[in-house]
Amino acid sequence: MATDILMPALSPTMEQGKLAKWLKKEGDKVKPGDVLAEIETDKATMEVEAIDEGVLAKILVSDGTDNVAVNTPIAILADEGEDVTAAASRSPAQGGGEPPPAPGPSAPQQAPVPDMQAEGMTDRPAPAERPQQTDLSMPAAPSVITSRTSDNAMAEIPEGTEMVNMTVREALRDAMAEEMRNDESVFVMGEEVAEYQGAYKVTQGLLQEFGARRVIDTPITEHGFAGVGVGAAFTGLKPIVEFMTFNFAMQAIDQIINSAAKTLYMSGGQLGCPIVFRGPNGAAARVAAQHSQDYSAWYSQIPGLKVVAPYTASDAKGLLKSAIRDPNPVIFLENEILYGQSFPVPKLDDFTIPIGKARIHREGKDVTIVSFAIGMTYALKAAQELEKEGIDAEVIDLRTIRPMDTETIVASVMKTGRCVTVEEGWPQSGVGAEIAMRIMENAFDYLDAPVARVTGKDVPMPYASNLEKLALPSVAEVVQAVKAVCYR
Amino acid sequence: MAVAARKAGRAGAGAANKSTSSKGSARRAAPNIPQFDKDQDLSAYNEMLLIRRFEEKSGQMYGMGLIGGFCHLYIGQEAVVVGMQMATKEGDQVITGYRDHGHMLACGMDAKGVMAELTGRRGGLSKGKGGSMHMFSKEKHFYGGHGIVGAQVSLGTGIAFANHYRENGNVCLTYFGDGAANQGQVYESFNMAQLWKLPVVYVIENNRYAMGTAVNRASAQTDFSKRGVSFGIPGEQVDGMDVRAVYAAGQRAIEYARSGKGPYILEMQTYRYRGHSMSDPAKYRTKDEVARMREEHDPIEQVRRRLLESWKLSEEELKAIDSKVREIVNEAAEFATHDPEPDPSELYTDILL
Repeated sequence: MATDILMPALSPTMEQGKLAKWLKKEGDKVKPGDVLAEIETDKATMEVEAIDEGVLAKILVSDGTDNVAVNTPIAILADEGEDVTAAASRSPAQGGGEPPPAPGPSAPQQAPVPDMQAEGMTDRPAPAERPQQTDLSMPAAPSVITSRTSDNAMAEIPEGTEMVNMTVREALRDAMAEEMRNDESVFVMGEEVAEYQGAYKVTQGLLQEFGARRVIDTPITEHGFAGVGVGAAFTGLKPIVEFMTFNFAMQAIDQIINSAAKTLYMSGGQLGCPIVFRGPNGAAARVAAQHSQDYSAWYSQIPGLKVVAPYTASDAKGLLKSAIRDPNPVIFLENEILYGQSFPVPKLDDFTIPIGKARIHREGKDVTIVSFAIGMTYALKAAQELEKEGIDAEVIDLRTIRPMDTETIVASVMKTGRCVTVEEGWPQSGVGAEIAMRIMENAFDYLDAPVARVTGKDVPMPYASNLEKLALPSVAEVVQAVKAVCYR
Repeated sequence: MAVAARKAGRAGAGAANKSTSSKGSARRAAPNIPQFDKDQDLSAYNEMLLIRRFEEKSGQMYGMGLIGGFCHLYIGQEAVVVGMQMATKEGDQVITGYRDHGHMLACGMDAKGVMAELTGRRGGLSKGKGGSMHMFSKEKHFYGGHGIVGAQVSLGTGIAFANHYRENGNVCLTYFGDGAANQGQVYESFNMAQLWKLPVVYVIENNRYAMGTAVNRASAQTDFSKRGVSFGIPGEQVDGMDVRAVYAAGQRAIEYARSGKGPYILEMQTYRYRGHSMSDPAKYRTKDEVARMREEHDPIEQVRRRLLESWKLSEEELKAIDSKVREIVNEAAEFATHDPEPDPSELYTDILL
C-alpha cells in the first residue's frame, strides 16, 4: 500500500521550508535511515530520512521548491513489489496537495535528522495552529498589514526612501553587522552564535565577517557569561550578549539586575555598563512552561535598564542599532515567531530608531489598543475585524517598554476615551497593568470606560496544542475586549 | 600556616601545609620567602597600618551610629591586598566583594572619599549612594566593591576578557573569599578563563569563616588552591599573613597571567580578627583562637619587628609613621562626619547615562 511522504516540521515554529534537493530519484529503493532529501528552513539545512522500506514511486515536489508547507505530501512511497506506476498515479492523501490541518495521531512518514539539535529546536511536528495563523495552507510569512498605517509610522523614514522586504531575523543580523563595522568595541557572545551561526540563525555570517575574536561561542553557562559581558562592559567594551532564549537568562538575572543595572547608581555615576542582552522572549510554539515565558514586565520594573521589544523588522533593526550605541544596559526582547516574518525595511546607510518612542501603527478614533512585540499581531488583526463592524481602532506599538512612552498613549486615549492593552505575558503586575495605571494618573477624566487588558492566562504555559492556544491571547479576545470598552 | 583552628577541626595547619605547587605554608615555606629591602618593608608597613587604623576607626564610627547598614572590616587580612598590590603594574585592575575598604586604600583611593562613603555623605566616592560595599574608581582601576557573593568573579573574568580583547597586557586581580568559592559562577568563570586564556589572577582570601561557617563545615575541598584543578588552572596556597610571601606569589601569578598562559589561583591563608560584619559577635570561634592569631601571626607586627630588628628603625621613627597614618585617618573621619548628606536631587541622578 503506497504511503505519502510529508514535508516534515524541523523545529517548533517551522511552518514551511524549501525542498532543496532530492537525494533519491523515482524508482530508487529506499530503506529506513536512507537520506531522501535535504530541506532548508530559515534556520538550517536538514536531512529527511526514510522510516519505511519501499520504492520511491513519485516525487510530488521537485528540487528547489520554496515555501513548501509542513505536512504537504512531497513524494509517494510504494511497497516493495507493489506496482510502482499504479502507486505513482494515485493521488496523494487528503487530495490536491492540501496539507492536513494538523499532525493527527498518525505520525509523519519520515523522521527529520537535524544536523545538530539546538535547545528548543526539536524535531517535533509543527504546531497545529498559531494564533496569528489559523490556516496552515496560508503562506507562512503573513502579509504585513500596511493599510491605514499612520503618517507617524513613516515620520522616522525620509520620504522617498527605498524599502526592502526583509525578515526580522535578517534585520537584527544587519543591525549587529553594521554596528560591528562601525565600532571595534562591539562584539557578540553567547551560545552557538559563531560556528553554528546562531541557534535561531540571527548571527548568521557574523563569524565569517568578523572572526572568532569578535563573535564568541560561549559554553552553556548563562550566569557566567552574563557576568563576563558585564565586566567587559564596565571597561568600556560594548558586548552584545545573546541568550538562546530569555528563559535561560533567568540563571543570569542577578548579573543583569544587580551588576549591569545598578552599578552606575552605586558608583555615583562613574561606572556605566554599555551592554545589550538580546534573544527570543516569550512563547514560541509547543515548548511548554519553562521555555515560554514573557519577561517584558519583569525587566521593565528595573531602574537602570532600558527594555525594548520590537514588532516589525524595521523597528528591530533601528532599535537594535540604537541599543548597541546606548551607554546603558538594554534588554532587547525578540520573538522566535516573528524572526521569520518579513516587513519593509528602509534602505538607508544608518537607520536608527530612538529608544523610548512608541509608534501609532494604525490611526483610529474610537478606541486605543496598546501592544508590543508579538502582541501586535493580535492587535492589528483585531483592528481589521473591528473595522468591518464599524469600530475604528487606533493601534499603538509601544516598541520600548522602559522608558515607556506615556505621552503617546495618553494623547491617544484623550482622543478615543477607551483603551485595551494586549500582551502575551501574565496579567498580574503586567505591562497592561502599568499602562492602565498611567492612563488613570494622566487621563482619568478622558476615559469613557475602564481600561481593559488582554493577556496571557495566569497559568504556566501548557504543552498540549489546544491548551497552549487557550493560554495565549487571541484576536477574538481583543475584539471582545474592545467591544466591551465601547459598550457594544 | 598554623592557624589555630581548634574549632574548625582538621582544617587547620595540616590541610594548609598541603600545597598543589609545594609552595607550602608559612612554617614550611618560611626559609624560601624572599626578603624585602628596607623600602619595601617600610612601604608595606605604611600601607597595612593605614588599612588597620582606617578599619579601627570605621568600627568606632559604626558604633557611634555614623556608619549604617553592613560594614565588613578587613582587620587581620591587610597583608593580602598590600602584598598583591606591590606585585601589580599600572593598568592592572582590582575587583573584590564587600570586604573592600582595604582594597580601595591599597589601590590608592582617597581615605576621605572612602570614609565619607561609609557615612553616606556627598563627598563619598559614590556620592553617598553606594555605601561600604559599593565603591569604584576607574582612575585607580578599581572595579568594586560588590555586594553579591561571587558576582565579582564573573565580572573580574570579564575585565580580564576585555584586557585580552584589547591586548593591553593588563591583568585583573579578582578577589573573593572562601565562602564565595562555593558559588557556581566561580566555576563557570574558571572554565571560560582557562578556555580563553584570560589574564586573571583569582585571589581567594581564605579567612577560615564564610560568615559564621568554618571552611571545613562548608567546603568538601578545603584546599582552595586545588579548586581549579579540573580546569587545569594552577594554584598555590600562600601564607596570607606574611606580606613577603604574598608579594612573591603575586609576582609569579601575575607574570603567568600576563604572559598569556591564562588564569592562576592563589589561596591566601588569612584571618579576620573581627566578626563577619559589625553585627557579628563571632560566637563560632574561641577568643583564644583570635588572640593566638594576633599574637603569633599579625601581618603588621611581623613587618614592625623587621623594621626594628633588621632595619634598625627606632621606636620614635615607627611612632612617627603611626601618627602620620592616624592623621590621615582622623582627617578622613572628620571629613566624613561633617560633610553634608547628598542633596535630595541626587535621588534621581546616575540611573541612566
